[in-house]
Amino acid sequence: MSISIDEVKKVANLARLAVSEDKVSEYANSLSNILVLADQLEAVDTTGILPLANPHDALQRLREDVVTETNHRAEYQKIAPEVEDGLYLVPQVID
Amino acid sequence: MSHTDSTSGALTSLSIKALHQGITSGQFSVMEVTQAYLERIERFEPEINAYITVTKESALASAVTIDNRIRAGELSNPLAGIPYALKDLYCTEGVLTTSGSKILHNFISPYDAHVTTQLKKAGGVLLGKNNMDEFAMGSSNESSAYGCVRNPWNPEYVPGGSSGGGAAAVAARLAPMVLGSDTGGSIRQPASFCGITGIKPTYGRVSRYGMIAFASSLDQCGPMAVSAEDCALTLNAIAGLDERDSTCSTEPVPDYTATLNQPLTGLRIGVPKQFFAEGLNNEVATIIQAAIKAFELQGATVKEIDLPNSHLAVPVYYIIAPAEASSNLSRFDGVRYGARCDNPQDLTDMYKRTRAEGFGEEVKRRIMIGTYALSAGYYDAYYIKAQQVRRLIKNDFVQAFNDVDVIMGPCAPTAAFKLGEKVNDPVAMYLEDLYTIPVSLAGLPGMSIPVGFTQSGLPVGMQLVGNYFDEARLLNIAHQYQQLTDWHTRMPAQFA
Repeated sequence: MSISIDEVKKVANLARLAVSEDKVSEYANSLSNILVLADQLEAVDTTGILPLANPHDALQRLREDVVTETNHRAEYQKIAPEVEDGLYLVPQVID
Repeated sequence: MSHTDSTSGALTSLSIKALHQGITSGQFSVMEVTQAYLERIERFEPEINAYITVTKESALASAVTIDNRIRAGELSNPLAGIPYALKDLYCTEGVLTTSGSKILHNFISPYDAHVTTQLKKAGGVLLGKNNMDEFAMGSSNESSAYGCVRNPWNPEYVPGGSSGGGAAAVAARLAPMVLGSDTGGSIRQPASFCGITGIKPTYGRVSRYGMIAFASSLDQCGPMAVSAEDCALTLNAIAGLDERDSTCSTEPVPDYTATLNQPLTGLRIGVPKQFFAEGLNNEVATIIQAAIKAFELQGATVKEIDLPNSHLAVPVYYIIAPAEASSNLSRFDGVRYGARCDNPQDLTDMYKRTRAEGFGEEVKRRIMIGTYALSAGYYDAYYIKAQQVRRLIKNDFVQAFNDVDVIMGPCAPTAAFKLGEKVNDPVAMYLEDLYTIPVSLAGLPGMSIPVGFTQSGLPVGMQLVGNYFDEARLLNIAHQYQQLTDWHTRMPAQFA
């Protein structure tokens, strides 16, 4: 299976990665090479085989719904690129 | 306090057990041991680049505190006063934690990972943070944004990856013990390339809390050190339930040192025929076969086993790991921590440029593959299919362990390769992990122990694979081998 230029652009957008025009075909090539590797799986008969998401088939452990964490906002925001009055700032979204 | 080269050299060649005995008996202090390692780091680090950050000041400060606490009888853990380093994906409060990436070039972690807390509690002395492939994605340490690491056995060669900095640090005795992480072979393959001992525990054995995530159904923390005994002492301190990682196991933790001296009589070894097929370098094959023979001479029985789906492990891994990575790495968005691009035009532009500028090529490639595999129309064909085949691979191992106690084979198809040799061929790089990936997908514990050298003087590691939560058995087997051989204590002449 090979991946087209348009698909590279679509995937890059989904992944929120800026890809310059001159890099698109390079990505198409290297991603296609990896997909060729993955295509080996097509021939395997997996009828009735359950997908394995956790090596122990374990489910998420649940706990009591009680407060276990205290508030660390000030420390966490100290390392943020831009904050004001306890809020994270990003470029304006709505006019 | 000053040292002659011979004093500090003598301290840095001691095992963890010997260091502990020397410290508790007052033969030498934690400060002397710490300084001996810091001196070696200062001397050899420019050639090796095993560390992204050396925490010299805080190491010296904690050496003072720990010396006092040991003398006051407050601290008796076998790791008390033992220097160590952490792969730079373990969060360390107040210390730079980059995961080998430019996007975290300014990330001073506000909290400690579970394993960091455990080693602090035990009284270990943090020497610094080890270099690594960016976000643990690589098999050569060449994808680090902080420069490649050089193999102490031959600086023209890679140390392996992704825990290449840690492996090189132990090989050159720039730390007696480090914590690495293994997703598809990232502890075992660099341990093999650098001639040291490393263990990737069972998935869920060690908490992943505060470990920067790559592929959450595969990632596992483990120790890398000179010997199996040193790994056992370290694993004792870090294994066990932590409620902050919901995938962390409730399985009881044994004392991993208690069974090290059990005889291997009656040990049943399985040797997968698929691990000795085409692709394995002849010299490596001969060395591994000789090591297996040594176990046979000690009374073990050897049986060929079949892992019929193991050839599918690399393709399965390169769907599942990138898929999980693309999801995990979506958190790096330039909003809460890490780098942000200059002059963003709008929110989307900020996300896209922050990520494009912050991530390296291999990381971007894997995010793209993962996003593709999870996208509408391809999810079933790639992601679900890969998870189904993952179960087949696991079932092969479950079947094999009905008849054997341990599986032995090569860790990697070759000894270390030259810097730059595979950097432009991602698929060739992926095939480096041919023998370690099946074990990771099954979630089983795996180890690498040094078993010989190639003609050109590069170390070769043998992989030991155990049944679920059978780390004690693996460490026992490795320890017994290390009582009869001295491969693990050899040091690269250049850094002696």
